[in-house]
Amino acid sequence: MFRYYLKLGLLSIRANPALSALMVAAIGIGIGACMTIVTIYYVMSGNPIPQKSEILFNVQVDSWSPDDPYDEPNEPPEQMTYLDATGLYQAGDDFKQVIMFLSDRVVQPEGEDNLPFEIESRATTHDFFDMFEVPFQYGSPWSASADTAEERVIVLSQALNEKLFGGADSIGEQVMLNGESYRVVGVLDYWQPIPKFYDLNNNDYGMPAQLFLPFSVAVANEHGSAGNTNCWKPFGDGGYSAFLNSECIWIQMWAELPTAAEQDRYRQFLDSYVTEQKTLGRFPRDLNNRISNVEEWLEIQEVVDEDVSMLLGLATLFLVVCLLNTIGLLLAKVMRRTKDISLRRALGASKSSLFSQYIIEAGLIGIAGGVLGIALTWLGLRGILNLFSEMDFVQYLVKMDWVMVMSAVLLAVVSALAAALYPTWRACSITPASQLRIQ
Amino acid sequence: MEFGPIWRSLLRNKAGYVLIALQIAVTMAIMVNAVAIMQERANDMARPSGVDEDNIFTFASIAFVPDTNMRALIDEDLDLIRNTPGVIDVIATNSFPLRQGGWSMGLTLEPGAGQESVGTAIYFSDEHAVNTYGTRLIDGKDFDPTQITWNEESVSKWAPAGIITEALGKALFPDEQGSYVGKTVYINENDPVKIVGVVDRLQAPWKGWDIVEHSMLVPQRRDGEFQRYVVRTEPGSRDELMPVIEEMLANSSKDRIIQQMRTMTEVRHRSYLGDSAMIKMLMFIVTLLTVITGLGIVGLASFSVSRRTRQIGIRRALGATKPAVVRYFMLENFMISTVGIVAGGILAVALNMFMVNAFGLRPLSWYVIPSAMLILWIVGQLAVAGPARRASEISPAIATRSS
Repeated sequence: MFRYYLKLGLLSIRANPALSALMVAAIGIGIGACMTIVTIYYVMSGNPIPQKSEILFNVQVDSWSPDDPYDEPNEPPEQMTYLDATGLYQAGDDFKQVIMFLSDRVVQPEGEDNLPFEIESRATTHDFFDMFEVPFQYGSPWSASADTAEERVIVLSQALNEKLFGGADSIGEQVMLNGESYRVVGVLDYWQPIPKFYDLNNNDYGMPAQLFLPFSVAVANEHGSAGNTNCWKPFGDGGYSAFLNSECIWIQMWAELPTAAEQDRYRQFLDSYVTEQKTLGRFPRDLNNRISNVEEWLEIQEVVDEDVSMLLGLATLFLVVCLLNTIGLLLAKVMRRTKDISLRRALGASKSSLFSQYIIEAGLIGIAGGVLGIALTWLGLRGILNLFSEMDFVQYLVKMDWVMVMSAVLLAVVSALAAALYPTWRACSITPASQLRIQ
Repeated sequence: MEFGPIWRSLLRNKAGYVLIALQIAVTMAIMVNAVAIMQERANDMARPSGVDEDNIFTFASIAFVPDTNMRALIDEDLDLIRNTPGVIDVIATNSFPLRQGGWSMGLTLEPGAGQESVGTAIYFSDEHAVNTYGTRLIDGKDFDPTQITWNEESVSKWAPAGIITEALGKALFPDEQGSYVGKTVYINENDPVKIVGVVDRLQAPWKGWDIVEHSMLVPQRRDGEFQRYVVRTEPGSRDELMPVIEEMLANSSKDRIIQQMRTMTEVRHRSYLGDSAMIKMLMFIVTLLTVITGLGIVGLASFSVSRRTRQIGIRRALGATKPAVVRYFMLENFMISTVGIVAGGILAVALNMFMVNAFGLRPLSWYVIPSAMLILWIVGQLAVAGPARRASEISPAIATRSS
């Protein structure tokens, strides 16, 4: 029977080509508009490190001003002071912790013809790579002792290694940065978590830094922060050391806490650290420390752009309009075939067989609409890429994967079937032979 | 007019017409709110930055050799650029309007901690700042060369003078009718800053800041390795001067790199890229939506005509003129549209109230809803015109045939 209904469906679609095309187009365009935005939303709100997102925690302590909270209603600062980051890092050495900040460095390549160029570098501690599961192409992270001994070692990104050494194994090579010489100990494989969850201060979807070097070395050589710096208390022009001792926040801190017990222990550790600092006259606010796992952190930091949320809402309504359109057209189609239907019913067709017939027809339209929708989604994403051609990171947001393709078809078919329900029900409730009287 | 009969006939076949009305209602809700967003973005983009955007370019200079004598390098750069024919003026500063990155501070009226403060952007520069940005001094005086200092680690006090924007003055002294010049405000809790001048407009570097019109010029130069230069040229010579100056500076010192060489026009474009893209996307969505709704009306009206072929024939046979048949369908569409548009108006306002709450959108302008109503009425009438004309072509002889 299914094949027979399929044939009937195809015939009926072919009998009204303009109308069927309009229905397919309406569903296709609705799906296309909706899925374009959904795809971007899906990428933006993706989990960048699903295997560990439950046990990695961003750390916040409320070192802010006594007069105003960092952010309403009573949010602790999103970064840390140097004093607290290093204080917690040292005091909590039985926890796996990472502290870091972003800095700009100038790479001076060897050879007269190679011009110096600026890159972003991340000053961090050795566990960064293990904690965030950063893949290595060559070599390995630096050791804990390199951190303490302030060894001038670096880990290069794949792209920078390509640029400086043509992609060869560069372990042991020296790289000159702002007049300081560093030894390469590792080269990363391709690594680009989206969003860049471990530091959401500047560009949420940007590239990771191009090189990594020990936090202790960066501070010893007075590297400034290239990220955001916020201060609530003046510290004057006392140079780098005054900055380090200031109440300015500019450092990101994460901890890996695999069990609930560890998480509790870490919370207590934070509270006791702050309580102790209070006796030294710092931390004028009430205890307000927080650890947030990756997904909570992305939520707090509102990584999904408001514009995308707005567009998602409007695109969903757009799909609603397209579906209303389809319902209306299907209904009109059924009404026009009232005579056929009542004749078929009079000849013995059951309600359920009529139902299957019309639902299959709607399903066909849904599938066609879905296929068109995928094509339009692809076009829509190209269009958005085009609008933002100056922004490199947008290319990472407009990628369609199989999940999205399948969801598009599924959404199309479900929408078409939902749209078909009422018209089909109307068709099934036409009484047999009711329309035959006048003939 | 045949309102009564048409209305009763609509009620006999509700479902199809309710669907069109609903479609028009949702279309209208989307249209109105999309236009509200577009308007908001367009207004933001139309705000002047206060600088002479057409004739300014900027770049960054990054010294990377340790212990470079920054003060000497900056002075040399400024001299070189200022003496280039076609250049009006130049400054080394920390930021400029629309750059999306900069320095902000709070100003208070009284010294001491815990005071209510007014936020402002800070531009460190010298006596050439007003001339270089191309902003207009409306009160007081420009900086005097003797006021300009370099930052010193030993002196932790803030520079004691400042030129503020008029908007900042108004925020600091809301009740002041006269001049802001000569008044003292406090920065860093206790450091006094005397207002020496007022400029009409100079935006903060962040276009999305709610106090984007607040900024202050500070008569201090800072000798960090990272410097931003702002160059103002004679009208028309900006584009040819950019490569000349880039090359000149690259040759003058090998101990630094020059990058982010951008015209102010490009800076503005980058800054508002998201907004202009949003406007284009919404424009596209609204157009597409209107077309789809229009096509839906065409489809349904065609159906309704072909279903009523016999009735129309009978009406014609009974003496209805062609225009009367056209009028019937036009009027019918007008009535359906009106129901949809009224429902759409309510839906649009509800959606707007939600968006104002959730996304901080500004409330609707009064004329958006009436305009959307008018557009949708016209779209409906245009969409139904074709089928209505075809209906009027139906021959009265149809009435005599049995289908």
